[in-house]
Amino acid sequence: MSSDLAADAPLPCSAIAFVQGLLASFRSVFTLVLIGTYVGIGALAHDYGFSIAWVLVSTTLMWAGPAQVILISALGTGAALFEVGLAVCLSAVRFLPMVVSLLPLVRGPETRSRDLLLPAHFTAASMWVESFRLLPPLPRERRIAFANGLGLGFMLSGHVGSITGFYLAASLPVLLTAALLFLTPMSFLVSTARNSSTLINQLALGFGLIVSPLLSYFQVGLDLMWTGIIAGTAAYAVHRLREALR
Amino acid sequence: MSGLGELSPYLVLILVGFLPNEIWRLLGIVAARGIDEDSELIIWVRAVAVAVLAAVIAKLTLVPPGALATVPLTVRLAAIACGFLAFLLLRRSVFAGLVTGEAVLFAGALLFAA
Repeated sequence: MSSDLAADAPLPCSAIAFVQGLLASFRSVFTLVLIGTYVGIGALAHDYGFSIAWVLVSTTLMWAGPAQVILISALGTGAALFEVGLAVCLSAVRFLPMVVSLLPLVRGPETRSRDLLLPAHFTAASMWVESFRLLPPLPRERRIAFANGLGLGFMLSGHVGSITGFYLAASLPVLLTAALLFLTPMSFLVSTARNSSTLINQLALGFGLIVSPLLSYFQVGLDLMWTGIIAGTAAYAVHRLREALR
Repeated sequence: MSGLGELSPYLVLILVGFLPNEIWRLLGIVAARGIDEDSELIIWVRAVAVAVLAAVIAKLTLVPPGALATVPLTVRLAAIACGFLAFLLLRRSVFAGLVTGEAVLFAGALLFAA
């Protein structure tokens, strides 16, 4: 009898897609990763004297784990505001290519630009990786709602982690905090590798891991951006070369 | 020029946290206009995004923030390598990679505590 309900109920399919996205987020391995990561961030913020409300607002507005770690530790140690803003800005460069590659997958022919604001805001490694896995089988008109549900679900998990970490901070041993901070690079690596089914993305990942330490070693400025351009273009060149030889 | 004392913490959050972070997402919306999902440009941009993510992974492992810096570099490298190996060997399971990496980090940090 519930199957009839779906047919004639006034509930729009976008609401269903939103809930499906929300539920999909809780089944994703990233829920654990995000809770763990934000336990670390909540504990860090507590130690530097920020309020829990400030932490939750910062997660809602920024939604960028590494940038929030930079912001909290830099402000906490009294760095100059300009320097803090610059560091945050440089670490967030990754969102530009992420949003540019995600939005064509999310939008349909009649999507308005303002409907893309929310999916773009929710774009972070977790949501970006899972979108490429979960969105392609969905009909186009449901993808935005699904992506928003997915992003909101991940953000809620982040909030649960922040609150937990904030109130546990005093009793967290240093090694556990270290292990929580290690969740970010470890999960970024394996989830990006899992999603890189094509040679070009596998090469981009491998080249990036090599180029980035080299640029840091030679103290090249804007190394995140340059790594992206150099390693990404090198991977693309190999891909084009292979296509041409085929 | 600490500044934090005079400005409200929320104003600081918006000025040096939210705005410099969100600008890239907004630029992304503008840049994505009219680009086709299967175009060559998107294939290149996605490769660039993956490479930047790789750079973030390398940085967080080699020059880690806060408490993670107390774990010796060799332990961090061994942990991320073992995690990745476990991911490859155990049917490309993200969970297996995470658990193995974390276990090696814990064990290594306890064994080789500085």
